[in-house]
Amino acid sequence: MWAVDPRRSSSAKFADAWLGLNVGSDIALAHGVAREIIAADLVDREFVDRATTGYEQFAAYVDEWTLERTEEVTGVPARAIREMAHAYATAPMAQILWTLGITEHHTGVDNVLSLCNLSLLTGHVGRWGSGLCPLRGQNNVQGGGDMGALPNKLPGFQDVDDDEARAKFEAVWGTAIPAGNGWNLTEMFEAMGRDELKALWVIGENPADSEADVNHARRLLGKLDVMVVQDVFMTRTAEMADVVLPAALGWAESDGTVTNSERRVQRTRAAVPPPGQARQEIDIVADLAERMGATDWGRPTAEELWEELRTLSPMHTGMSWERIRAEGGIQWPCPEEGHPGSPFLHGRLWEDPVGGRPAPFSCIPWKPPIDELTDEFPLRLTTGRALDSYNTGVQTDKYNSPIRTGEALDLSAADATALGVVAGERVSVSSRRGTIEMTIAIDASLQVGLAFTTFHFPELADVNQLTCDAYDPKSGTAEFKAAAIRVDKLESLVDA
Amino acid sequence: MNDVPVSAPRRPVELTIDGGTVRVPEGSTILDACRQEGIDTPTLCWAENLTPVNVCRVCVVEVENSRVLVPSCSRWVEDGMVVSTDSEKVRTSRRMVYELLASSVDLDRADAEVHAWMEHYGADPGRMGDRADIATVEQPPKLQDDLYVRDYERCILCYKCVEACGEDAQFTFAIATAGRGFDAHISTEFDVSLPDSACVYCGNCIGVCPTGALVFKTEHDMREEGTWDEDAQSVTTTVCTFCGVGCNLELHVQDERIVKVTSPADHSVTNGHLCIKGRFGWQHAQS
Repeated sequence: MWAVDPRRSSSAKFADAWLGLNVGSDIALAHGVAREIIAADLVDREFVDRATTGYEQFAAYVDEWTLERTEEVTGVPARAIREMAHAYATAPMAQILWTLGITEHHTGVDNVLSLCNLSLLTGHVGRWGSGLCPLRGQNNVQGGGDMGALPNKLPGFQDVDDDEARAKFEAVWGTAIPAGNGWNLTEMFEAMGRDELKALWVIGENPADSEADVNHARRLLGKLDVMVVQDVFMTRTAEMADVVLPAALGWAESDGTVTNSERRVQRTRAAVPPPGQARQEIDIVADLAERMGATDWGRPTAEELWEELRTLSPMHTGMSWERIRAEGGIQWPCPEEGHPGSPFLHGRLWEDPVGGRPAPFSCIPWKPPIDELTDEFPLRLTTGRALDSYNTGVQTDKYNSPIRTGEALDLSAADATALGVVAGERVSVSSRRGTIEMTIAIDASLQVGLAFTTFHFPELADVNQLTCDAYDPKSGTAEFKAAAIRVDKLESLVDA
Repeated sequence: MNDVPVSAPRRPVELTIDGGTVRVPEGSTILDACRQEGIDTPTLCWAENLTPVNVCRVCVVEVENSRVLVPSCSRWVEDGMVVSTDSEKVRTSRRMVYELLASSVDLDRADAEVHAWMEHYGADPGRMGDRADIATVEQPPKLQDDLYVRDYERCILCYKCVEACGEDAQFTFAIATAGRGFDAHISTEFDVSLPDSACVYCGNCIGVCPTGALVFKTEHDMREEGTWDEDAQSVTTTVCTFCGVGCNLELHVQDERIVKVTSPADHSVTNGHLCIKGRFGWQHAQS
């Protein structure tokens, strides 16, 4: 196990080796690894020739990423890069797993594509034990996408602009589906800025705490004509809402399904009744639909909705409600009853001849983070989670964790010394977007120049006032992982 | 390519258990073979999601030509092995183990099957002497945080918690055995309090404890108040909300409140193991 992370995380401590790269140098590292695999003649040529396109162009493209150049950009010693490249290429099976450290950058999609290149070079894709896996941070990130909660997809990843797919759904749903793609979250905020989006219905999300450059986001939410928030708690977003619809908890008060990182659809079940006026989310949506004039929805159960879904989404067709229960979960695609489900994807690349389109290599430029380090903002801030807490803390602040360390800005000992600050000291932290007060903690394993904080305690430290809302135009995801900040002693502010 | 990894086929092994011929794949334990044949066998330190620790000795069986009884949980089957699971020697040994454990340890809250086996073998811990006169591990429970209680007068030193904290699940190594002989006990490093130790509060130790020595604070408090009522509890399986792994949670509910959380050991996602959020982060459901 090799850990690649700017911080020496607990996983990095557990790993056989840790590559502490500079924030935002992921593509440079991937290209350096690719070039080394090519230069050392460790490419799976048979797989590359049969199942991919664009290899020669890619090999020429990454040729400038020598170990020396890669070390210069990533900060990772050339020898470590070389060892990881050889270990990955020569392993009988190897997986690349990642999470938001790859995707929360303005080059998030390109970061992923640069990792795909490595799996194509080595044939570590499309077979048991090898592959690429984004580890999801919530129990139904995967399921939300699967069910069509994306601006350009219908359930089962069928394209909204595909007339045939739309017609299939229209026949069952008895309504016309708009043909164009919708907006993703970032585009929705931009539309609020242009006064094109004036009404918002927020379900189970707390953007007034969780958005990058959150002051900007709050101003936009405050401008809306109407905001409806459907949630299990009175979040900061709910406090701003015109109407709050209290909802039952998905995992303990509702029946339904969620889909995990390995595409396994599993059942959730109500164990306790929702409190007070909180209601099942299916009923809330159906009631609203009725008020809007849809009189034929009835009040479907989770099972009835699932059974309809699988008539429309081919990758779910084989998963009956009963099968999901009996088998403790099934991995899609599962196209028909009797199909065992799919432990991995892209097996078609190993078929002879290759099933479908060969997989393309991607020639991608490395670009540093948007928020530049300067004399005014010399420290790189990256945000993340702590083991015992979850996102903006709405759920996890309800239990007393003995290992919770609370709000803090972690600095390396060298940076703290240079700034003349000590652990526990309150300081002023500024970025190009905002200034907040935080408490210093020293993390001896942090690289010099790197600062870290969680975003679990927005009431104590409104960290997203600092984060950068520059985003990846391909995914709409903001660059939470790379802000430029300055730390000032509070006394010096008083003196000034 | 193959859909699933191919391993060498396992050769069948033929042995005799209690006079009957049994065929199981090589690499099986005697306990596996017994279970396949429906021969009920007591265990304490064995669990399906842990490597056998092989210390409690209640699963011992007699193997022909073996000088001593062998632990069925960790002895591999061999061709021609002749096993007796209910001989006089086995019954006596199993009874003695229960009597010795129960004479020094409080087994009141042990799993129901422990009590059933003690009755089955006619175990009489009292014949080791009056508890007031003999050495016991009696001590006050350790209440050091709001999540769980370590009540070591109920600990039989089965080591399951150590295994779950270490190489069988969590790789945290916050606890180990310390002391020798009768003073042997489970301890954090230098016996510091749990919040000061390496513990990450996954509670996987609670999940495997067979005697109630490690329990949720909720369970401990309710037992002290006299309100803990397992007959009035329902168990509902659902999926944890806190990340994309998809761990299954068994919510134990009494009077419409979650009172503890377990995870099914036979589920492929994490084989019964959880993290702090999954095991203890449910309190928002009733806040």
